[in-house]
Formats: sequence, C-alpha cells, structure tokens
Amino acid sequence: MNWETVIGLEVHVQLATKTKIFSAASTTFGATPNTQACAIDLAMPGTLPVLNKQAVNYAIMFGLAIDAEICQESVFERKNYFYPDLPKGYQTTQLEKPIVGRGSVTIQLADGTEKAIRIHHAHLEEDAGKSTHEGDLPYGMSGVDLNRAGTPLIEIVSEPDMRSAEEAIAFAKKLHSIVTSIKICDGEMSQGSMRFDVNVSVRPAGSSTLGIRTETKNLNSYKFMEEAIEREVERQIDLIEDGGTVAQETRLYNGDTKVAKSMRSKEEANDYRYFPCPDLLPVLVSDETIEELRQALPELPDARQNRFVSQYALSDYDSAIIASDSNMSAFFETVAKDSNNPKLAANWVMGELSGSLNNAGLGFTESPVSAKQLAGMVVRIADNSISGKMAKQVFEAMWQGEGTADEIIESKGLKQVSDSGALEKIVVDVLAANAVMVEDFINSDESKRKKKLGGFMGQIMKASKGQANPQQVNQILLQKLNELL
Amino acid sequence: MHNYTIAELIKGLQNKEFSSVELTQHFLDRISQLNDNYNAVITITGEQALTAAALADKRLASGDAPAMCGVPILHKDIFCTDGVRTSCGSKMLDNFVPPYNATVVENFARDGAVMLGKTNMDEFAMGSSNETSFYGPVKNPWATDSVPGGSSGGSAAAIAARLAPGATATDTGGSIRQPAALCGISGLKPTYGRVSRWGMIAFASSLDQAGPMARTAEDCAIMLNCMASFDEKDSTSVEQSVPDYTASLGNSVKGLKIGIPKEYFSEGLHPGTELAVREALAELEAQGAKLVDISLPSSDLSVPAYYVIAPAEASANLSRFDGVKYGYRCENPKDLQDMYCRSRSEGFGEEVQRRILIGTYCLSAGYYDAYYGKAQQVRQLIQQDFSEAFKSVDLIMGPTCPSPAFKFGAKGDDPVAMYLEDIYTIATNLAGLPGMSVPCGMVEEKPVGLQIIGNYFDEARMLNVAHQFQQITDWHHQAPEAV
Repeated sequence: MNWETVIGLEVHVQLATKTKIFSAASTTFGATPNTQACAIDLAMPGTLPVLNKQAVNYAIMFGLAIDAEICQESVFERKNYFYPDLPKGYQTTQLEKPIVGRGSVTIQLADGTEKAIRIHHAHLEEDAGKSTHEGDLPYGMSGVDLNRAGTPLIEIVSEPDMRSAEEAIAFAKKLHSIVTSIKICDGEMSQGSMRFDVNVSVRPAGSSTLGIRTETKNLNSYKFMEEAIEREVERQIDLIEDGGTVAQETRLYNGDTKVAKSMRSKEEANDYRYFPCPDLLPVLVSDETIEELRQALPELPDARQNRFVSQYALSDYDSAIIASDSNMSAFFETVAKDSNNPKLAANWVMGELSGSLNNAGLGFTESPVSAKQLAGMVVRIADNSISGKMAKQVFEAMWQGEGTADEIIESKGLKQVSDSGALEKIVVDVLAANAVMVEDFINSDESKRKKKLGGFMGQIMKASKGQANPQQVNQILLQKLNELL
Repeated sequence: MHNYTIAELIKGLQNKEFSSVELTQHFLDRISQLNDNYNAVITITGEQALTAAALADKRLASGDAPAMCGVPILHKDIFCTDGVRTSCGSKMLDNFVPPYNATVVENFARDGAVMLGKTNMDEFAMGSSNETSFYGPVKNPWATDSVPGGSSGGSAAAIAARLAPGATATDTGGSIRQPAALCGISGLKPTYGRVSRWGMIAFASSLDQAGPMARTAEDCAIMLNCMASFDEKDSTSVEQSVPDYTASLGNSVKGLKIGIPKEYFSEGLHPGTELAVREALAELEAQGAKLVDISLPSSDLSVPAYYVIAPAEASANLSRFDGVKYGYRCENPKDLQDMYCRSRSEGFGEEVQRRILIGTYCLSAGYYDAYYGKAQQVRQLIQQDFSEAFKSVDLIMGPTCPSPAFKFGAKGDDPVAMYLEDIYTIATNLAGLPGMSVPCGMVEEKPVGLQIIGNYFDEARMLNVAHQFQQITDWHHQAPEAV
C-alpha cells in the first residue's frame, strides 16, 4: 500500500530578550547553574510575576511576520504539573486566548515549488529549568539548574500540513529564517534557542482522515528532526502493515544513539488543569502598538529574496540561499555594494566564506574576514589583478589576519601578469625550451592535442610563478601552436 | 502605654513623653509576660525591634519623622520578612527565612514603624478559627476557651490583649474582619489592588488583600496611609494615588445613605448579634445617616463560589511547596514521587490538604466548567449585585459574622459549618470591594462586629463613618478583663 505521511510541528522559540519573561534575571546562556535565577524564578513564597513587555512585542512581531491575527486581549494561564525543574509547580503559558492567531508560512521545496503551511496559533510562555542526572553529583542524586527557568518562549503550533521530512525541515528552516530576520531569536539551535516537537502520523494515500499520531519531543537540529521523522514513519508503517495499531504517545529521540523510545502514553498524560493566572492581567495590545511594530518590522526573508533578484540580478537559487540568513544577507550586501560586483560577491559569500565559517563553527557576524576585506578582494578579481586561484590564497591569508587583499597581493607578490608582451615572451620561451613536447603536439591528432595543452599551461604558469593570467596565456599559446602546425 | 491608641502613641513619641525604645521595650515585656496565655505571637524579634526603635528615636529627634515612626507593630506571619522566619503558620515553612521583605513590611519600615515580631495564623490563611496553625491555636483574650477567629487570629488577639497597638493582616474571605469582630477590634480589608501583594504568601491570588488591624478606625487610617501603595512588583496592584485616610475622619455622617441587605439578617444570625448590629445602625441613623433596605440577591451563592475559586487558586499556589527548593522535605525519600508525596503530606496540615484536593478536583478535566467556570459566573453576579446597590447607597452595613466567638473544637469536625463563619464577608472578596469591621456591642461577654462595605477605593469614607461611630460609642475601648 502507498502511505502518506502527515506532520505537524510545535516549535519553541526562545525570545532574545535580555531578561526573563516574568523577572529581571538575565537570560544569558551558559552561566554557572542557578546564578541567573532570582527569587521569582525560584518561586519563593510571596513573589509575583511582572510581564516583560519586550517579550510581548516580539511575539506580536512574529505574528505580523506570518500575517497572523494578533489577539488584542490575550490571557496567561497556569498549566499545572509537578517536576523539579518547574519551580512553581505550574508553567505560566497561554491556552484559550493566545497572543498570535491563525497565520501562514510559505516554504520553498527543492523542486522549486512553493507550499503554504498554516499556523494554528503561537503563544507566549515561560521556559522550564533543566534537570541533570549526571556530572559531579553524588550517586543517585539529581541536580536542578534554574537559569533557563522563566526564559521567554513563543510556541508556534502548525496545522498538520506537511507531508514529508523534507517539508518539515523546510518549514523549520523557514521559521528559523523569519525569527532571526526579525531579530526576536538568536537562532542558536545548539543552545536550545529553537526546539521542535514533531507530530507524525501516516494514512493510506488518498485518505482524508488522520491516522493516530505520536509526538517526538525536543529535537534541536534539522538532522535529528529528519532522522526522527523518517524512523517514526517507517516504524508506524511497519506496525500497521504487521496488523498493529499506532499508540498515541509522546516519544523521545536520542540523536546520538539514533534510538527513539516511548516517554509516556496517552493514558499517562497529565491533566494540566489549566486556569487563568490570577497574578497577571490580560495582555492588552492597542492598534497603535501593532501599527508601530509593523512599521518597525525588519525586512522578511521572502521580500529580501525578491529584492536580491531585482536589485542585484542574482539567480533565484542564490538569492534564496542568501536571503534565508539575515546575517549572511547583511554580509553579502556590504560586499556587493563595496565591490560593485554582486555576482562575484554572492559566489564568494556562499562559497569560500560560508564553507570556512562553517568549518570553524563561526557565524557571519564573527567572520575573521570582514565584508570590506572580502569586497576589496572581489574588486581585484574583477579587474583581473588576481586569478581565481590566487584569490583563494589571498582569502586564506586574510582569514589568517595578514591584512587587506591589496596588502597581501603586494607582500606575496601575487599580482597577475596580464601584459600581453610579457606573456608572449614567456610562452615563446617555454615552447623553445620544450621542443620534444612541441613535436609531440604537432604529431598528435586533433582529439589528443587538447589534452596536451595542459602540459604547456603547467610549464607556463610555473615559469610565471603562477602570476600569468590564465585566459590570456591560453589564447597566446593556442595562437603560437597553430602557427607551428 | 499599652492602652494608648496608635494616634496617641504618635503624639506621645513626638512630644517626647516616651521614647520608641521605651515603648518597644514595654510591648516586648508584655509579649513575654502574656503571650503564653494567647499564643498570638510566634516569632519575637526583640533585638531587631530595639535597634529599629533606637533608629526611630534618632529620626524623631531630627524633627521630620514619618507618621508611624517609632510605633511598634506586629506582622502577620504571611508577610515575608528579610532574615526573619516566615512560616505562614505551616510546618512546610517552619524553616523558611526569606531573603526579601514584603512591600507591606517595607512600607512600614520606610515609615519608621518597629516590628516586634510575627503573629500566629491559620495555616496558609486557611481557616476561620486559628485552629489550623502548626504552632497551635490562638486563644481569644475575651474568653480563652474560645477561638479568636481566623485566619488573622494572632494579629487580632495580640491587639485585643494589648501586646501591640496595631498589626498587619490579610483577608481572602474574611480573615481580617471576622477575627477583628471576634476579638473586639477594628480591621479593614481594602479594595483588591490597593495594597501590594508582593512578598505576601499567596492563598487565593484573586481574593487575597492585606489590611490593617488596630483598636480604632483612626489607627486603621494611619496604618493604611502607610500600607497602601502602587507597586510595580505586583501586576494586580492598582496605579491610583493614595489619599490621606485621616484627612476626612471628621466629616459628618449626615445624609449618608447606608444600605441594609436583607440577606445579611436572615436565618443563622445570632439574635444577640443582630440586636447589637441593629442598635449600632440606629446610632448612626440618630447622627443623620439614612438607612435604606436593599437586597443582594446572589448572596447565598457566595460561599459555594468562594469554596471553588479559592481552593482552585490555592491548589496551584501551593504547588511550589514540593520539597525541592526550600521548606520541608521528608526524610530519606525513595524517589521523586515519594519525596513529593511525603513532603506535602507531612508538611501540610489537614485543612490545607483538604483545600488543595478540592481545588485540584474543581479544575480537573471534565469538571472545570461545572465548578470553576460556574463559580466565575457567580462571581460576576455578585459584583453586579453590589454595583447595583451602590447606585442608591453610599455604604452597606450588616453583621461581620453570624455569631460571637465559638469554643475550640465546636466546628472542628464540620468544615462546612466553619466555612459558613465567613458567609457575610466572602462576597466582598469575590467582588474585590473594601470591607471593614468595628466593634459594636457584646453578646455573652464576647464582642460583636459591625461590617461596613464600601464601593471600590472608598476606604476614606468607610474609615470616616467608622471613626464617627467610635466618637459616639466606646466598644472599641473595652478591654478583656485579664488585660
């Protein structure tokens, strides 16, 4: 039988506020455990929450970015359950009246098609702390770190509109692109800034009823997400084809061991006993606030992509890749403008620079080669001062901090020789010194001559210490050899 | 000195008749001599008090000291006090020392008031008799075989016994007014949002409100001047300027329209209590006030609605007491589940557990609409009743509670009988309105309270009328024989 996969995502996005959603404690990642938890985060008796307005604004900005309804009176509720990393014994979240209502996100697929994924809603809530069961703890003890407790989140809930892991990943990447472009999230997936819960079910192709779904929680990389979805789809199909049924349950996927296991079944699910939080007033959002935020909303990835095509004449493919990353976009635009050569700028930003940054685990804002430096180098490629091969050397040197492109070209003596008189002399000298090779070339048939050209090129480049302009050399060489035929 | 009102003590301090250190020492001595009879005070902060008093004396000497400067008071043990155990009357928090002050505590400290210690209370403010405290019951100074009311029974008894001239208290369903009535003192629950809840351990967040207890309405006005404030740390605190509550105390009651709800004089009201309240109303009428019969038709729904909403909120508010971070943790837990279960079963008393269970039940899937949802609707009806009534009257008056102080154990086996103690006080909490109790008579040698309910933020008028009533009566000056 043919099976159709149905996927819905719940995405937790940590908002890039300086302080927590209900307290003034810092949200900086990676601090010593429990040093960024104040009395409110520790749920000390008598403490009360005060809502961080910036978190509300960020949530509204997300709503505007996906063209969603903004709820002008949203309500915080208490979601009650006991867990050591949940200090109050309830999570303050939104249920009945979330701040962001229905919206939509368009994804681009590899085959070039587009698809709209509907957003059911997005709500504001606080993150929990972390429980640790390993490390320096005495045997049998567990530790609780409440630094993360109270970090503001929006939870984005999609409709079950995705039909493959590819679509789910494209959706996840698009959300990442949106929230980082409007700067409401730092997008650091390895630090848990975006986490994905994946709801997966399968049904016979053509069926319009949904199968029983499972939820795999807390995936924080696209790779793990893809693996988890593919394994889960396979598991469900195998199960059904063997005559079994899928149990509605929550699952955990371990990206290191590649093993997924059941965390709790539907029967074990908590009754969260939601009710409106009496410590917080309803969140009222005025038309003026929405309008102000709309005006101030940074450029969205789709708009940026279109602009790159029209303004810089980039291909759809290149502009899509660059526009999806706001830092990469900013870097590219500086290089493009400073060098006045957008196509070359795009090639270098997407190619050598992206690759090097990726290998070094750095972002575009941390690049050892500045956009101005890269632009300087692009200018020298464009005016034929250096060859593409030399440019790689220049780039490497800039990466090592050896200065600007011009300084490096100068100090390494990399300037390309494009003077045709000088090049002609080198070609003539090389041909004279390699009479045997010339003889061989002349005696070969047409089809083999092309191959033998490489040998001459090598000798000429060597003689010019790599500085000869290869296109020109090629031209002169062909001319000289033709004269001998 | 202990028979002086706060107003008189302020004069005495400012006229240098006595120093704050002398005054503070006097009350500390009384507490150490008499507290064993009443169990009203559970933490005495003597050394700290004398240091604060010495500081207050310096401020007084400088000539521009705030109103409460040098006046000793007690804080209900529900208010967090920096460096001083704050137990909320529970074994759960017997070891809890907060690293911060409640805003109320902070406000009194700012104005130079001297904290003598912390008062006993029903565990987590859940009770109307002060029998649920981990530290044992408080005894009513008027009859030590009887309850002082609750949950602010320690504060009320301490004032009645002249262990302090004033004390802070909180009121979720009557916890200021009912013990004030039973102990023959004055107490005011302000409008919800008038006094900050920051640092006040939550019972039912949408109902809890802190207020003053003292012997006179004037003293309550002086204390409320200090307590009331807008507080950014409490999102439900109301940003509205605080009037000088003492400024209008002298106004005449002539022409004042007082609503008398028929539902507050119905079945279950002790005839002696009714007589005392009716006589008090007649006194006010004689001063020119007009009595108007009114109806608050949803009154009978207030107790059932309250016993859904308050436990529901409490069930969540008390989840933080889990043995993980602070407070009581059971010995040698087997695992996490065992730690939760035993810490909470051993740390909470019976009434607290009962209310957590009721609240958890009311919020459960499938029951929410029938209980919590319905109770919220009732709450709106009750609000509407009052707003309708306040279209035609300035204040509403009636008894504070159905009968005078009952004996220990009298209602111990019957939680519903205990819950009915607050039948006249609960509605104002549900509506968020201010309510007050002032002494207005004696029945069986025990005090009776007159309840005054005002419109939102109309505390000044309530205090004015209460003060005028106290100019023509002397119930508030009567003291238990033993005192």
